[in-house]
Amino acid sequence: MSPAPTVKVYVSSHVRSYTAGRSEIEAEGRTLTELMGDLDRRYPGIRFRVVDEQDRIRQHMNFFVGGELVRDLAHPIAPGDEVHILGALSGG
Amino acid sequence: MAPSVRRNKQKPAARARRVDLLVATQKGAFILKGEPARRAWKVEGPHFLGCETNHVVLDPRDGKTLLAAVVTGHLGPTVFRSTDSGRTWAEARQPPAFPKASEGQKGPAVKRTFHLAPGHAGQPGVWWAGTVPHALFRSADGGASWDLVRGFSRCLEALKEKKPDYFGETPGGAIAHSILVDPRDAKHVYVSLSTGGFFESRDGGETWRPMNAGVLADFFPEKYPEFGQDPHCVVLSPADPDRLYQQNHCGVYRLDRPGERWERIGEHMPPRVGDIGFPIVAHPRDVDSVWVFPMDGTAVWPRTSPGGKPAVFRSRNGGRTWTRHAKGLPPAQGWFTVFRQAMKSDARDPVGLYLGTTAGEIWASRDEGESWKRVAAHLPRVLALEVVAR
Repeated sequence: MSPAPTVKVYVSSHVRSYTAGRSEIEAEGRTLTELMGDLDRRYPGIRFRVVDEQDRIRQHMNFFVGGELVRDLAHPIAPGDEVHILGALSGG
Repeated sequence: MAPSVRRNKQKPAARARRVDLLVATQKGAFILKGEPARRAWKVEGPHFLGCETNHVVLDPRDGKTLLAAVVTGHLGPTVFRSTDSGRTWAEARQPPAFPKASEGQKGPAVKRTFHLAPGHAGQPGVWWAGTVPHALFRSADGGASWDLVRGFSRCLEALKEKKPDYFGETPGGAIAHSILVDPRDAKHVYVSLSTGGFFESRDGGETWRPMNAGVLADFFPEKYPEFGQDPHCVVLSPADPDRLYQQNHCGVYRLDRPGERWERIGEHMPPRVGDIGFPIVAHPRDVDSVWVFPMDGTAVWPRTSPGGKPAVFRSRNGGRTWTRHAKGLPPAQGWFTVFRQAMKSDARDPVGLYLGTTAGEIWASRDEGESWKRVAAHLPRVLALEVVAR
């Protein structure tokens, strides 16, 4: 199994109370599932606010991997990918 | 109607204490700091600015732990906890959430925690929570972690097999609320569902049964079903836990346990006002005194004060007769209403009553609801109030 890449993660203001105000952080994972697990270890509580208990990305949060909108946490992450976790306009 | 017997008319505490109001709103929480005379109020906050805050509750067992049920348009629902009067908040380690569904199954997700209830006085650290969609959660560690009350979910699943369409959603979702713990017995718990009805457990939540006899459900062809009703708010009388009052989508009711049949006491309200509303408040010492805040439930259900004339109605005889009280409230063109968790009382003598409105105002009465004064305005839409005696 390949080692999990460490990638840059950009988060919108909605979750910066978990990241000490930082908009750019790092996390590692071969998939979004792994990445969110790592993020939750680094920033406890952040995962449940953006992913529900059935592992669905919350309706009004958008995840982008390498610029592509992704709704499935099984999506792979490659070295060099940038991940954006952003509040959608639909959320008000 | 069964004869009403005044029981347990208790005396209030001798020493007047400061009263604070915990105000949960569409856009955050506020604390109205009062003083013993209940005349001057200072708004403190906001907490959780921008977040829909459905309920903020103080633990009466330690007098210091606050829990707040919070959600935003984007982020999932959570519970925050404070032990320093709201100066700092820590998020629950494990907020209310359903278990992960089996592979290939579509499981539910909590959309919001709507109602928080401290457990029995003899069970420090125990809390109950009602959520959207319908579910009951329990914490045994002061609100830090929460587990689904599976017995209640099993009860609902069994009833849905009989009548799948009898559990519905309100505009605010499928709400579990009005969790009532019998002060005499920690295992005796009630909960209400909008829509679904009123339920009782005698074994601490393992098993449940609906208890809705006599309660109208005019939105079904079957008008008096076993379950499926829409209780908006149910309270236990602090003066006698065998007396319950219910403000329902279809009227005002009372229940005297061990009886199991609700009596509609709202039919004694003036017909032009009706007996539709959200909140209901029981007197802290007089079992037969109860207040409601009617809203317009006619035609297309405006859910405003009837005729634009907001008023509180009080009964002093268990619902046989009602008296309108509106002194100080807008005499006309007042179109707000009061949601189910946004009308509460203190335990002083005379009793203080408090309203939080859909127009972001807080109104207070120091004379058991006879006259009213606006004590805060320009807040977001008020979703819930709790009264704290300091």
